[in-house]
Amino acid sequence: MTIGINAFLFLSVALFAIGFFGVLLRKNTLVIYMCLELMLVATTLALVAFSRFNGTLDGNVFVFFILTVAAAEVAVGLAIIVALFRRRQTVMVDELNALKN
Amino acid sequence: MADILFYLFAAITLSTALFVVVSRNAVNSAMFFLLSLMGTAALFVLLDAYLLAVLLVLVYAGAVVALFLFIIMLLDMRGGERKPFKRTTLVAGTFAAILLGLGVLSFVQHSQLSSAAVSADVPALGASLKGYAAQLFTTYLLPVQVVGFLLLIAMLGVIVLSKRFEGLEDVK
Repeated sequence: MTIGINAFLFLSVALFAIGFFGVLLRKNTLVIYMCLELMLVATTLALVAFSRFNGTLDGNVFVFFILTVAAAEVAVGLAIIVALFRRRQTVMVDELNALKN
Repeated sequence: MADILFYLFAAITLSTALFVVVSRNAVNSAMFFLLSLMGTAALFVLLDAYLLAVLLVLVYAGAVVALFLFIIMLLDMRGGERKPFKRTTLVAGTFAAILLGLGVLSFVQHSQLSSAAVSADVPALGASLKGYAAQLFTTYLLPVQVVGFLLLIAMLGVIVLSKRFEGLEDVK
C-alpha cells in the first residue's frame, strides 16, 4: 500500500468535520447523537492510523476503551432521550426551550 | 490494489456520513450510519487492525445502530413532513465545519509527519491477538477495571433513568 498517514488523517478530519456539521445542523436529537458517534469513529480512525504507522499497539488499545465508553454512553444517552420524550412528547431541539426566558 | 481499496472505502465512508447528516428520515440516517461504520471497519482492516474492525462491526453496527433503530421505532417519529434544518443554520454549520477542517488540516500539514507509506520494517502489532492480551493484562490492567466499573455504573444509570418517578413536578 502506497498510502501514507496523511491520507488517513485527511479522511479522519473530513469525517470529524461532517459529524460536527451534523451536530450543528440537525434538529432531531437522535440524528445529533448519531453525528456525535460519527465524530468518535473519526478519532478512532486517526488513533489506529497513528498506531499502525508508529509500530506501536497503544493507539489500538485506546480504541478498545473508546469503543467501551461509546457503548455505555449510547445506552445512557438514549435512555435520557426516551425520558425526555416521555416528559415533553418531542425530541426536536428547537422545541426543547424550557430554559428560554 | 490496496490503494484502490483505500479510495473506494474512503469514498463510501465520507459519502454515507454526509447522507447521515442530510437525510430527512431518522431511519435513513441510521442506515447510512451503518454503512459509514462498515466503511470505517474496512479501513481498519487496511490498517491491519483486524480485531478492532470486528469489534467495530459487533459493538457499533450490532449494538449501537440496533439500539438507535429501536429507539426511533419506540418514539414513532414522523419524518419528511417538514424541513430538517433552516437555511441560516445550513450556512453557519457549513462555514463552521469548513473552518474546523481547515484548522486541523493546516495543523497536520505543518507538523513533522512524513507522507511516506508504511515501510516493511514497521511491525503490524495490531494484527495479532496476543499483543492486545499482553497489553490489556499488564500495562492497561487498571483502565480495564475502571472501564468495567463504568459499564456497571452506566447500566445502573439506565435503570434509574427508565424508572417512572411518581410525584415529580413536570418541567413546563
